[in-house]
Order: sequence, then structure tokens, then C-alpha cells
Amino acid sequence: MPHHSSYRYNDKPERGLETLRRLIVYVSRQRLLLGAIGGLILLNIACNLLGSYLLRPIINDYILPGDFSGLGLALGQLGIVYLIGVSALYLQYRLLNTVGQRTVARLREELFEHMERLPVSYFDTHQPGDVMSRYTNDIDRVSEALTDSLSEMLSSLLMLVGVLGMMFYISPLLTVVSLVTVPLMIGFARAIVRRSRRHFAAQQAALGNLNGYIEEMISAQRVVKLFGHECRAIEDFDRLNRDLYTRSKHAQCYAGMMMPAMQNLNTFNYVIVTLVGGWLAICRGLDVGGLAAFLQYSRQFGRPINTLSVLYNNVQAAVAGAERIFQVIDQPVETPDRSDVIEWQNVRGEVCFRDVRFAYRPGKPVLKGISFQVKPGQKVALVGATGAGKTTILNLLPRFFPIDEGEITVDGYPVERIRRDSLRGSMAIVLQDTHLFTGTVRENIRFGRLEATDEQVEQAARLTSAHSFIRRLPQGYDTLLENDGANLSQGQRQLLNIARAAVADPSILLLDEATSSIDTRSEILIQQGLDRLMRGRTCLIIAHRLSTVRNADWILVLDEGRIVEEGTHADLLARRGRYYALYCEQFGPEPFSAC
Amino acid sequence: MKLFGVKKYWYILKRYRTGLWVSPLLVMIAVLCETIQPYFMSLVVDRGVLERDMQVLTLLGGWMILCALIGLGANLFNVYLSSNVSTGFGTDLRATLFAHIQRLSFPDMDRFGSASLITRLTNDITKIQQVVLMAMRILLRAPMMLCMAIFFVARLDADMAWMLLGFVPLLGGGVYIVLRKGFPRFVQIQRLIDALNGIVRENLINIRVVKSFVREDFETRKFVRSSEQLKDTVVRASNIVVLLFPLMQLILNVSVVVILWTGAYRVADGDLQVGALISFVNYLMQILMSLMMLSMVVMTVARAAASFQRVDEVLDTEPSLTDAAAGKRMEHRIEKGSVEFRNVSFRYGDGETDLLHEVSFRVRAGESVAVAGATGAAKSSLLQLVPRLYDVTSGTVLVDGIDVRDYSLDTLRRGVGMVLQQSELLSGTILENLRWGDESASMPEVEQAARAAQAHDFIVSFPEGYHTRLGRGGVNLSGGQKQRLCIARALLRHPQVLILDDSTSAVDAETERKLWQGLRSYLPHTTLLIITQRVKTMQEADRVLLLEEGRLEAFGTPDELRETSSAYREIFRSQQILA
Repeated sequence: MPHHSSYRYNDKPERGLETLRRLIVYVSRQRLLLGAIGGLILLNIACNLLGSYLLRPIINDYILPGDFSGLGLALGQLGIVYLIGVSALYLQYRLLNTVGQRTVARLREELFEHMERLPVSYFDTHQPGDVMSRYTNDIDRVSEALTDSLSEMLSSLLMLVGVLGMMFYISPLLTVVSLVTVPLMIGFARAIVRRSRRHFAAQQAALGNLNGYIEEMISAQRVVKLFGHECRAIEDFDRLNRDLYTRSKHAQCYAGMMMPAMQNLNTFNYVIVTLVGGWLAICRGLDVGGLAAFLQYSRQFGRPINTLSVLYNNVQAAVAGAERIFQVIDQPVETPDRSDVIEWQNVRGEVCFRDVRFAYRPGKPVLKGISFQVKPGQKVALVGATGAGKTTILNLLPRFFPIDEGEITVDGYPVERIRRDSLRGSMAIVLQDTHLFTGTVRENIRFGRLEATDEQVEQAARLTSAHSFIRRLPQGYDTLLENDGANLSQGQRQLLNIARAAVADPSILLLDEATSSIDTRSEILIQQGLDRLMRGRTCLIIAHRLSTVRNADWILVLDEGRIVEEGTHADLLARRGRYYALYCEQFGPEPFSAC
Repeated sequence: MKLFGVKKYWYILKRYRTGLWVSPLLVMIAVLCETIQPYFMSLVVDRGVLERDMQVLTLLGGWMILCALIGLGANLFNVYLSSNVSTGFGTDLRATLFAHIQRLSFPDMDRFGSASLITRLTNDITKIQQVVLMAMRILLRAPMMLCMAIFFVARLDADMAWMLLGFVPLLGGGVYIVLRKGFPRFVQIQRLIDALNGIVRENLINIRVVKSFVREDFETRKFVRSSEQLKDTVVRASNIVVLLFPLMQLILNVSVVVILWTGAYRVADGDLQVGALISFVNYLMQILMSLMMLSMVVMTVARAAASFQRVDEVLDTEPSLTDAAAGKRMEHRIEKGSVEFRNVSFRYGDGETDLLHEVSFRVRAGESVAVAGATGAAKSSLLQLVPRLYDVTSGTVLVDGIDVRDYSLDTLRRGVGMVLQQSELLSGTILENLRWGDESASMPEVEQAARAAQAHDFIVSFPEGYHTRLGRGGVNLSGGQKQRLCIARALLRHPQVLILDDSTSAVDAETERKLWQGLRSYLPHTTLLIITQRVKTMQEADRVLLLEEGRLEAFGTPDELRETSSAYREIFRSQQILA
């Protein structure tokens, strides 16, 4: 089975600086804590530098001359400096955790909040897996960078400056000599980064392909097994896996060279300092204590450079992750309500479409001038082949999509003039796909109206014939539903969806194939429940089965985005037109006669 | 801690045993070359600087540079080696896991859930691979450095070495306590992350419901609650783990002070030289650096421990549905396609109640049987026992008079085709999808099957016809089109028994009628088992099987059932408009 590379994951940020700036804005909301962290970093570094420097007087003034009177005091000072340094470090880490995790939580929450406000079209055009990965992979990367990398980088930079300063203070000449390795380090680092980046891009692409394949194959496992395709799947998988292996081997190799290379260059540095320092001590009178302190510094000198080079990749990955998060946050939300919107109270439920035209994609009209009127409390059925535009009509009423032309009114007001939440609050929708939320059965029904009492929940369940099966569940209404209600049958899930709509007590009811996956006998029960539910409410019903719609007050027959017939069941049958044809199809010639 | 991978994964690791042997050796050489430097330095100070001897200086300098070069070489070679071994290990483990998952049966897969299996194959394996890499590069460095530092210190001064050795248990104890406290929290974090992702996923697929009930704020509040809880737990866990490094630093700093204090007296007494003392302090710094890296590795390992567990869990799951013993199965082929259930009861793995109770019936070869019944009557559960998607809890299912468990899975599933309720297509062209049914099918054969399933016309209406690429899951097709492709795919297998699980629900009545006709003429002798809600379909089947709450309610020709079964009459009436 072939696979395309749509899972490719871009690791290199495109608008790096801009994204970094925005990320910093997020972090910098916690100025106080950040200030404290900065102070602690400075304190820690100062203590480190001072601790190493104190070696000089200790060796020069006490150990070499053999003077022990002040040694205790000097060592005591050294101990205190160390203690302060370590405490500052620990506090710094703790605060960083808080700052980092708070920022990540805020980013995550803002992402979710924004996502909730995106128009339905966004969800129709983006794979759930792709959006999910922003919550998992991308947030992870940002989190890592914020808690580990940023502070490390900051303190590494400061450390570098501090160490350099102290080295200069002890011996400018020795410092200049030991800096010889720096251009070497930088040159080496650049060469490695350049190569490793190229290999990393190849590795990410291969990884994306493989992950895409895994996701698809595991999700479609039933088909794979039914068709005995396991061996083929394993073969294909192995090919992609091998491909990843070759690429990732190189990437890991180049990336891994950085650290040892830096470490060894640092060792060279140590050698140079020892030799030149020794020579200086012999010929130019450098004090031994100073040399000791200098050696200590040169050990510390390599660490920041080392860290910086390792963290560079992390930060780059984090910025790429942040960019993908901001991509979602930057998506335009549902068009805000106009300023002259009205709040709605007692909705009668009169619905009117006037010459409505609509296309999901320009040039491909789905509705080509739909006009009809529904009086309050009337039940209207939409009938027609797949793709006739039935679902679209139901999607337009709650303003999931803006219409291109024409007008939709409810109680005489254009829907754009009604506050979105009060518009949607006045209607309940039961969809073909039955999805539930993690939580108890009761919570799932109560989703329709959060303030509903337990009694009202049960009442709604009774009304829609869900009560009896719920009672048979192990914990009744408190049964925990997980994994999209995997422990229920599709029909049972649908019953819960209907109960959820019932508890909402809407003026307008939208049913999209609501009973298609329920067997005929349960359907009778549900039909009774729905009849009770529909009483006094305006209803728009989609169903393939004509039996479901024969009780409707009015039937609209749709074909390719137009209403081709309308009337009552009896009228339409008598007319012997499109509806009659549809009707006969269902009860027409024998389907099973062997030829 | 570091051992838990090695034993379990030895069967994969042993392929790389040369690398695993050589790598520690290289690390040892590299560490040796690094730790010898302060030793040389002490000689430079004591014999060169203090004695003012330039010759010693140049000689020692040469040695130092040589050692540094050897160290660099050893390090780079180890990088190469560890990259090969770790990516190779990750690749092999992933392949093993994937192959193992292919062997698992549905009950096993249900237990894990596909989302979780995907994470295990991707994220978890990547983390494990990372651990192997880090282990080979860094894990051994710190202990080796400690050993060698102590060795060189001992060469310079035995008493000082004892003192250095005294700090080791202190360090080890500190690390142990921190990890003991930290680890359980990471497991908890993983659970919270799963819950949080659950909310996101639900909202992604449920957005129309959320929006129509105006529950955006409600869901956001729910998410924020979860997110804050996760944040607090992560902060608490990390606060423990970050103790690690400051703790080590503190211990080493204290040892610097102690060494200077005792060292000073020994220098004064003349049994220790200043250079040696400076080198001790240098050694401590070296040890600190390597310990710091070790703590980083340990943290990564701790975080990856959960990944190890999750991969193990899958690998340790024995497929609960296995092939019949080799001797028994070879002879059997499905030729006619009769199906018989004998006293079949069934429940899902850890379910509490039976879904099917003692169901017995017999379907003749070539017959068409419509399976009807209320929601939750276990219609799908009943029929998926035939191709052994699940095994019976008790009783027997027979095809051509032979227990399905006595066929090889391959033969059984070749003979018993099934079209699932949810149509699953894969990315690739329409042709490639159809050829899943029969890889060697010629183009005319494919077209013939597609015609029978009423798919040919819409396929050729696409600009690229049979070569039209489908997005994942066939996103660019309508529900009815997907169902028809799935049926065509099953037809290409020419099964002796074909099960259709409500597979035409999105197909309109006219097309459905043609489809049944096409299907019958394409597979005139195949036994058809059809789960359906439509009375029309039931009426046209040879016999109807009515299930009620897992029990066989009625089984007979449609006309018989209209006479004898009130349940069937009820169904019949409910759909007959002009009764």
C-alpha cells in the first residue's frame, strides 16, 4: 500500500523570530517571578565564580606559607559562598518549574479556548490527529524548552561572561591564549550544526511517513485482519522503518558529535592553560593560587559553550512547535455577532428560508436557491438522495456556516441578527454520528442543560425510551462512559444523544438521520418518545427511511440543491412524482432474486 | 534502574553485541584520557612550576596533548557506534512491536485502544531509543570517571582517595531518594496527560454538538480544570527531581572544603604537594560535571520508564486468538459455505454478562439470511464469530461442518468475507483499495466487482477514475460511496460466506436494489448473512433470523415469520406505510 508524505513535520521554524518574540511575551507575563529567577541566576553565578576564586587566596596566603590561623575562617567563607550558591540554584529551578509550567498551561488553555471558538469549517478541513499533535508534541517541545533550555541558556551565557571576566582579572595573557580554542569550538559547532540539520530534516520526514503509516494501519486494523493483510502490512512497515533507520543513524551521529567534540576541545583548553600557565608561573611570576583558580575556571568555561550548542536544537524545535500552536491561535474565530443583535427569550420557532444559496467551496454550489417556511410547532421532513443538500440546510440554521445569498429567519428575525448563543440555545441537534463524552451517563445527558436536576435528566431519558437500558447498565445513570461510549451499542449511544436533546427543552429540533442506526423496533419506541418530544416544537427531520417521515406535517423533496417537490405524504404520493418514485424504490422489485 | 531494559530486550540487543562491547571500552578510553589530565597538571605544577623545570613542562605537555587527541578519537567513534546501535535497536523494537500487534486479536486490541497502540509505536519507542543512545554515551561516563578519578588521586595520595571514596555513598543515597520520590509522580503525570488529550479529542470530533448546545465555555472550563491539575502535578514532580543537581553540587562543594582543610595541614607537614591538592579540586569539578550529565540521563530514563512499561505491556500480551495446531488445519478448505451455530454463548473478554445465550441455528450453503433485532440484540457480535474476529465463550461455530477454530485463520478469512458497519478505506488509489480483496485481480475483474457493487459508475465519473487517490479513510467520498467500495473490495475475494453488517445504510434505496441484484449475480453460490434494519431486505431474504437480547427469537422464511412471530410483524408493520 502506498503512502503519501502528508504527515511531514516541519522542524525548522519559518517565522522564527516573530514566534520567539510571542513566546517571550507569554513568559514575561510573570515579571515578578522572572525577576526573581534572574536574581537567583546572578547570585548562583556570582557564588560559583567567587567560590573558585577563593582558591587563590586560600592557596597563596594559607596553604603555601603554612599559615593555619586564618584558614578556618577562609574555608568557612568558602563554605557559606557554596551554600548560598546551591540554595540559589535550587530556588531558581523551582521557580523556573512554576514559570514554565504556568506558561505552558496558559498556552494550552488559550489554544483550547480558541479552538472552541473556531468555526465548524475549520474542523471539517483539519484532521483531528493533526490538531491533536499540537497539544501533545508541540506543547511538549515548548514545555521542555521553557523549563530546561531557556534558563540553562541564560545562565550559560552569564556564566560565560563571568568566567571570562574572572580569567581576565587573574591573567589577561593566559586568557587570550586560552581563547585560541574558542574559534575552533565555534567553527566546529557550525560545521556540525549545518550537517546535522540537513540529516535531521530527512529523519523527520521519514519519521512522519512512518508515523502516518502506523496510524493508518492501526486504525484500520479490522480490515487488515479480515483481508489477511498482516504480512503485507509488516512488509510495508519494514520498508519505511528501514528507511527511517538509515536516515536517523546519520542524524543521530552528527548531532551526537557536538557534545564530545566540545568536551575534548575543552580538554585541549585545559592542556593549554596548564602548559602556558606553568610557563608563566616559571618565567613571569604568576602565583600558584592564581593558576589553580584559573584552571578551575577553564574547566567551567567549556560547559556554557557546550550547553549552548546542545540547547540550540531544543530551542529551535520549541520555536517550531510554538509556531504550530500559534497557527491555530491565529485562525479567525467565528465571525463575531453584529452590534445590533437581539437577545432571545420566548422563541416561537418560526423558520423561514428565502432563496438561500450556499457553497462550501466557491464554484461548487450545494444549495441553489432554497425557499420554504415552517410554522411554529410544525414538523418538516427533508427527503432526497445523498448530496442533495439536506444536511447543509440543517447546518445553516444554527449558523455553523454563513450563507452566501438569501436570508434565513427565525421568528421573523434574520439569524445574523440573533445572538449566536441564544440562537443555538433555542435549538437542539441530534446527529447521525453518535459521539459521547467521557463521564457518567447522567453527565452526558445533562450536557443538554447544565442546570437540569437528576429528576429532569431521568425524565428526559424516560421520554426518549433511554431509561430502561440505562437502568440495566451496571451503575445505572452513574455508569462511566469512556472512549466515546465504546461500551454501548450504536443505538444506545443514539438514545443518549436524543435524551440529551430532550433535556435541553429546545423550541426547534434538528434531527439528522437520528434514527438510522436504530433498529426498527427500538425506532418505534424512540418514535413515540420523539413524538412526545416534538410536540409543540418546530422540527426539521432528515431521514432516508420514508416511514420515519410519513408523519411529518410537510415534506420537502430535495435534489441537487433545489426543492423539487413539497407537500404532505398523501399529496405527494397522489402526485406520483419524485416522492412517489423514492417511495416505490423502497418497496419496489425484489432485490434478492438470483439471476 | 538502568538494568530494566537490558534483560528484557536482550533478544534484540544481542544483534548489536559487538557494538555494546566496544562502546564501554571506548568510553573508558575517553574517560581515562580526560581524567589523566589533572594528574599531569599536578605533575606540571609540582615538578615543573615549583621546581622551575621547563623540560618537564614540555614533556608533560606532549603527553597531555596526545591523550586529548586519543580521547577525541575514542569519543567520536563511540558517537558513531552508539548512533548505529540505538537507531538499530529502536528500529528492530518498533518492527517487533508492529509485527506483534499484527498478531494480536481484536479482544486484545480493544483492551489497548488504537490511539494508545499508535502512541506506543511512535512516541514510546522514540523515547526508548533515546535512552539507549544516552546510556551508551553518558551513563557509564560518570561512574567510570569517579573510579578513575579515585584511582589517580590514590596514586598521588592514598588518604585523600579514601576521603573521596567516602562521598560516593552520600551521592548515591541522595540520587536514590530523589528518584524514589519522583518516579511515581511521573506515572501519574502520564495519566493526567491522557485524560487531557481525551478532552481535546472529544471536542475535535464532537464540535457540532458542543457548538449547538453552546457549551464552548463549559468545555473550556473542564479543560482548564484538567490542565491546571496537570500543571500542579508536573510542578510538584519536577520540584523533587530538580533537587538532584543542587544536592550533588552541595555534596561536592562540601568535599572541596574538607579536602582543602585536611590537605592544607598535609601540605604544611610536607607529605602532600600543592599541585596534587589543586588536582584534587579539579577532579571534584570533573566528577561534578559528569554527575550532572548523569542526572540528566537518569531523569530521561525515569521519564522513559513509563514508555518501557507501555511497550512491555503490549509485547507481553499473548494473542488470545491463535491458529489451530498445524497438523489439524492443513486439510480444510471452505468449499460450500454452510454456517452452523451450536449452543453459542459469547461475552467480550472481561464482560460481566453474556451477550449471546445458547444460540443455535443452521444456514445452508448459498442461502441468504437477514439478521434482524433490536439495538443491542448482539447482531454484530453474533456474526463476527464466524470469521473469528472474536472466539465463542462456549459452544461451537461451524463452517462447512468444521469448527472455525480448526481452520487456519488465513483460510477461514479467505472463505468468509465481511463488510463492516464502519467502512474503512485506506490512503491510496481506489484501485489499490479494491485490490486488497485480491492482489492479483486483473483490471476487468476489478471493474466487474465494482459494477456489481454499483461503484463503477461513480468511480469512472471521477477525472482519474480507478486511479483517483483517496484521502485517509476515504474522506473525499460520501458515506454511500465508501460503503459500495467496501462491498466491491469484499466481492473480489469471492468468499463462500459473505457477511454484511448494515453495510448499505447510507446507500439510497434504488441503488441498494441494484446492488443486491448485482451481488447475487456476481456471487450466485455464496451464503449471505446480512444484518439489516430494512424490512424490504428482510422480505427478500431466504430466511430471517430474529435476535432479541442475545437469544434466538425466531428463524424462518419471511412469510413464516409473518405468521408466527409477533416481533417480526411489529417490525413489518412499522415500515409498511400502506399496510
